[in-house]
Amino acid sequence: MSLFSVNKPLEPRSRQLVTISSFVLPILLWCLVSYVPFIWHPEVEITSPGSVNYFREGMLVNKTVFNAESDKASAAGKATPEGIPANPIYLPAPHEVLTAFYTSFTTEPKRSSELWLHESLWSSIQVIFYGFLLSSIIGIPLGVLAGTYDFFSRLFEPFIEFFRYLPAPAFGALAVAVLGIYQAPKIAIIFIGTFFQQVLIVANTTRKLDPALLEAGQTLGANNRSMLFRIVLPGILPDLYRDTRILLGWAWTYLIVAELIGTSSGITWFITQQARYKNFDNVFAAIMMIGILGLTIDLLLAWFGRRLFPWQKAN
Amino acid sequence: MSESTLPDYRVQSDAVRDRFARIKKRPVTMEVAGLSKTFQSRHGTVTALKDINLTIHKREFVCVIGPSGCGKSTLIRILAGLEQATEGEVKLDGKVVDKPGPERGMVFQGYTLFPWLTVKKNIMFGLIESGYDKGTAEAEARQWIELIGLSRFENSYPHQLSGGMKQRVAIARALANKPKVLLMDEPFGALDAQTRSKMQAYLMEIWKNIDVTVFFITHDLDEAIYLADRILVLKANPGEVQEVIEVAVPQPRHPEQFLSPEFIATKKRLEELIHPPKQDDDEDHLNLVRMVPVNDEVGSVF
Ligand SMILES: Nc1ncnc2c1ncn2[C@@H]1O[C@H](COP(=O)(O)OP(=O)(O)OP(=O)(O)O)[C@@H](O)[C@H]1O
Ligand SMILES: [Mg+2]
Repeated sequence: MSLFSVNKPLEPRSRQLVTISSFVLPILLWCLVSYVPFIWHPEVEITSPGSVNYFREGMLVNKTVFNAESDKASAAGKATPEGIPANPIYLPAPHEVLTAFYTSFTTEPKRSSELWLHESLWSSIQVIFYGFLLSSIIGIPLGVLAGTYDFFSRLFEPFIEFFRYLPAPAFGALAVAVLGIYQAPKIAIIFIGTFFQQVLIVANTTRKLDPALLEAGQTLGANNRSMLFRIVLPGILPDLYRDTRILLGWAWTYLIVAELIGTSSGITWFITQQARYKNFDNVFAAIMMIGILGLTIDLLLAWFGRRLFPWQKAN
Repeated sequence: MSESTLPDYRVQSDAVRDRFARIKKRPVTMEVAGLSKTFQSRHGTVTALKDINLTIHKREFVCVIGPSGCGKSTLIRILAGLEQATEGEVKLDGKVVDKPGPERGMVFQGYTLFPWLTVKKNIMFGLIESGYDKGTAEAEARQWIELIGLSRFENSYPHQLSGGMKQRVAIARALANKPKVLLMDEPFGALDAQTRSKMQAYLMEIWKNIDVTVFFITHDLDEAIYLADRILVLKANPGEVQEVIEVAVPQPRHPEQFLSPEFIATKKRLEELIHPPKQDDDEDHLNLVRMVPVNDEVGSVF
């Protein structure tokens, strides 16, 4: 069987292999760049400064600078500096990042007022959770109403359509002015970032419900209320669930902006702080933590969804 | 059977004539008077139906046939109350129909079972709507499931059923509401021939035993003749009644009648009405020339 047949699932074995490769290939590339000295490695880590007075042991210098100084020293007959090829500080090797996954949790913050990594992470999760919950509690009902009744569609959607083009970060200063500097304005940014999209997407999903089901309901004597609660809602539930999963992913992208306003906090603050200290292994570890957290939540929700909606054809 | 020995499709045996006389004495269930329907579309006004008049008596089985696009679905949707007539009116037991209701059950070609409900819950849907408590509705639904022979599947979801099974559930779901009229829009159109003839037999059985009037759309001539007391033949552009045929095939029907003279005569008449002798120029046809060499391995298929 070919690996490239249009719209045909791969055989189970190759499917697994390809799925694993999806992660293994980028990591392999990263390993190559990190561990094979002649691939990239544009800098030199000084092992012995020789006669160059501004070189220090462990210092990173550009390869051309190193070669120039080395040539100069040997021309003058002085001790030449020595070093090994290295990558820039912003690209730590895989093993360094892997260790950072552990050490970043165990390293005490530099100042007592600062948060541990797990506290930062927890704060981020809370911001996402409350922002997204608030958006869903209001956005999903509005979306369903707009998708079901033309009246609400005309009433809500034009304004929301306009509002969703206003970038959420632009409301940062306003949110701080109104809601203070702590978690509230951050939650507000997540809310603004997701709410308007959510209403429109949910409205669209609702409109896509097979109208024949509504007609079948009518001929079975369903009244307006039953149509909404016994046909529209259960009918769109699986799609609604899927929309919500996708939107939750978007909410994460607003996290970075949200956490930079007011008092910086959460995982974003951790990342900026570590970048300032040039602990790029920690930076990478933290970025990956966000990815892993997001993916895990999504996989959990997907798994849960398959159990929630047994009437959906397995695909 | 040769052409010359075929009887006229209108000739009825005494028993059949007598039966039609009795049908006409039954109370009127549905009355369609001066019904017209036009649609406004971007390309102008489409007259889907024009001046349809029809009286359907209690427990009569009426089939509608006609070419594609002649307004069959539009007609049945107006009867169901899903669409409003532009002119004229529809009465059910003397009351004007203006919106959908459970006393006019509808079965669609595309099954339209609620995918999130099990077979039992699907059938319970209308019962709950009409105010039954859950226990009674469930007991009633069980009976229907037994009647349609799907007891093993009462807790299955629609996607686990075959097309024929789905359509049986849809029929039971509509009938559970004890409708006066069962409206069916090409209900067996998507089924294979074998399942379809089985479903036809089931439907006859249901119709015999339940107090219901059936209004049935099909494009299958055999199906129409086999099932109907009367066949309403529509023509397209605009959708008008071309002829109403009282089917001379005696009731109760059984599959052997497909070869009876009355059946064949009626079918011949329907074919004349639906597929009139073609005018050469407006008929579409293929423009093929020979594309296989004469000395090919298989030079001719004959
Ligand atoms: N909502 C609508 N808007 C505009 N035109 C419509 C609408 N519904 C139906 N029509 C038109 O009315 C005519 C009749 O349509 P209808 O679906 O009733 O035909 P039909 O006899 O059921 O055809 P088929 O055998 O293919 O099911 C068609 O010309 C169709 O284009
Ligand atoms: Mg149709």
